Amino acid sequence: MRRFRALYVAGVAAAAGLAAAALASVVLLVIGASPWATFATMFGGPLRDLYGASEIAVRAVPLTLVALGVAISFRSGILNIGAEGQMQVGILASTAVALALPRLPGTVLLPLSLAAGAAAGAAWGGIAGWLRARLDVNEILSTVMLNYIAAQLYGFLLRGPMIDPDELMTGSGTPQSMRLPRGAWLDRLVPGTRLHTGLLLALALAFLVWLFLWRTTLGYRLRAAGEEPRAARYAGIRVERSLVVAMLLAGGFAGLAGSVEVAGVHHRAIEAISAGYGFGGIVVALFGALHPAGIVPAAAFFGLLLFGANMTQRSAGVPGNMVLVLEGVMILAIVSAGMYVSNPYAQERALRAVRRILRPRGDAPGAAPGPATGEGGP
Amino acid sequence: MIALRMLHDVLALGVPFSVALLLAALGENFNQRAGVFNLGCDGVMSVGAFLAFLAPYLLARTALAPFANALGFALAAAAGVLLGLLFALVTVTFRASQGIAGIGLQLLGWGIAGTMFRHFIGGVVGIPGVAAWPVPGLSRIPFLGDVLFAHDPVVYLALLAVPASAWLLYRTPWGLRVRAVGAHPRAADTMGTSVARVRYQALMLGGAMAGLGGAYLSLCQARMFADDLVAGRGFIAVALVYFGRWTPLGILGGALLFSLAQALQLIIQVAGIKFPYEFAVMLPYALVIAVLALARRSRMLGPAALGKPYDREARV
Repeated sequence: MRRFRALYVAGVAAAAGLAAAALASVVLLVIGASPWATFATMFGGPLRDLYGASEIAVRAVPLTLVALGVAISFRSGILNIGAEGQMQVGILASTAVALALPRLPGTVLLPLSLAAGAAAGAAWGGIAGWLRARLDVNEILSTVMLNYIAAQLYGFLLRGPMIDPDELMTGSGTPQSMRLPRGAWLDRLVPGTRLHTGLLLALALAFLVWLFLWRTTLGYRLRAAGEEPRAARYAGIRVERSLVVAMLLAGGFAGLAGSVEVAGVHHRAIEAISAGYGFGGIVVALFGALHPAGIVPAAAFFGLLLFGANMTQRSAGVPGNMVLVLEGVMILAIVSAGMYVSNPYAQERALRAVRRILRPRGDAPGAAPGPATGEGGP
Repeated sequence: MIALRMLHDVLALGVPFSVALLLAALGENFNQRAGVFNLGCDGVMSVGAFLAFLAPYLLARTALAPFANALGFALAAAAGVLLGLLFALVTVTFRASQGIAGIGLQLLGWGIAGTMFRHFIGGVVGIPGVAAWPVPGLSRIPFLGDVLFAHDPVVYLALLAVPASAWLLYRTPWGLRVRAVGAHPRAADTMGTSVARVRYQALMLGGAMAGLGGAYLSLCQARMFADDLVAGRGFIAVALVYFGRWTPLGILGGALLFSLAQALQLIIQVAGIKFPYEFAVMLPYALVIAVLALARRSRMLGPAALGKPYDREARV
């Protein structure tokens, strides 16, 4: 039975993956692209050289950070879909702090700017947490709405109060902020690439999140409140408070992801900087089974996918929006597979079906006490 | 006098604005009444809006041009049915968590519409859209005529969909089954109603209506398609179902509240009162949050099994 378990989970995962690929292929066929060639470019193209590998890691950094926050919130029983907006307010706050205090030495300015981003993201996420805890407002709807509001705020500030004065002088009017002072930049990890030290920060935080969720009392409380709120309340855990804490943390991670992206890659707030990382992070968190040890490789995989989608846009003429299709089908496939993995009855049925196929016909299953074990209990 | 003039303009503009929200929310109401929380509504609207736009875009200057708009609506509804089926497969048959699955469907729909738009069209192109058809006689009534009877035919049909969906929900055996599987699926199952079948049907109907809502946006309201045309209206529609306490009439009220707020904001801008345009765009989204916070007591009136997958084999 135990041996069958691993086989069963692998089978379900493979079936889910195939179903997702098939659905995505339908869309590719409709626009007249070859699914095989597209997937080959998407998953093989970026891996050909060091530059490709570094670009994958560059994308994996914000994805990891967002996904860590999403995992905390999902495990705490509150579904944070608002990472996109939380990233944007994080970008605004860390950019504003860095631009306001350019004289500070880098050792102070950089942490301060990152902390400002995380705090702003936490506040933005905290709104949704508070609304859910106090007023029972569905957090999915409120975070989605806060995404739209943040997007408008972002556009307003970059087109208005925070726009680079040079853009106004030259008249090009590109909505972007001034360049951050050098002290607020994250160092490059590999010269000649865009890979920055944010990668180390993301990996360290992944470890800390594991420590927090599985080795601290607060983490235990959050998980208990998420797993079974009524039991948690009975045990004296303040469920409402843990919802708010979870959203503060989730928003903080998303805000930090935005700040790191500014400090490490672009060095100024530009339009479309969050680039769908907020939604991608949700898929990464689910794909990584809401566990840091799964999230890091899942983020690398999605970094590959995002960079690969860039390449297919250029070489195969498949629009970049295809990434959204892939993310959508992957979410649907993952949540569908969840029931088959966790439901013992479904596993029983699969086991029986396998036995029926393997066993010769005359042997009536279940009638005689066969050598098989573990058929009895659910 | 100026106030009356403004009221007239706001109402005349706001009523057609409500149609996309109204159709999608009435459809979502069927989903939720059957116990399924479909957040993918927004994505279905995107696909509907794109496909509806594609028909007149491709058929312009062909023999089929006069039927292109009708074909567009049909395509949008058909795509909505298909996406509803997909969502039913995931949430009813596979019993997946509905909230996350809905976000998956939303991303999928949004991605499909965007991918196909970039590939087949690429830029903003206008289409003639559906022409206004003032109701003979009735549109001459002062004030009310312009507000209610001087729009395109889809507006009238959408307004008629309110009593129609109330009738379907409260006066037909199928409506009773929908409400039963949403309130107490085990009881419905015991009485011989197939919970899965009714939920599949409700999700297909809801999908079709979301598709039509999207089609209204591209064919009648904007008369073009863009990636962000739907702009979260599907999520607003979901919120409207809460706000309307799962009744068609309440949903109509909510849809009008939103569309009138939007019309008011446009008219204030046209009148030259200046404030940053971004804050005007934010307004409906902030309104959704406010509305949800105020409607929190209504949760008790909602379908009891909303959001819970039904597992016949589960222990009670």
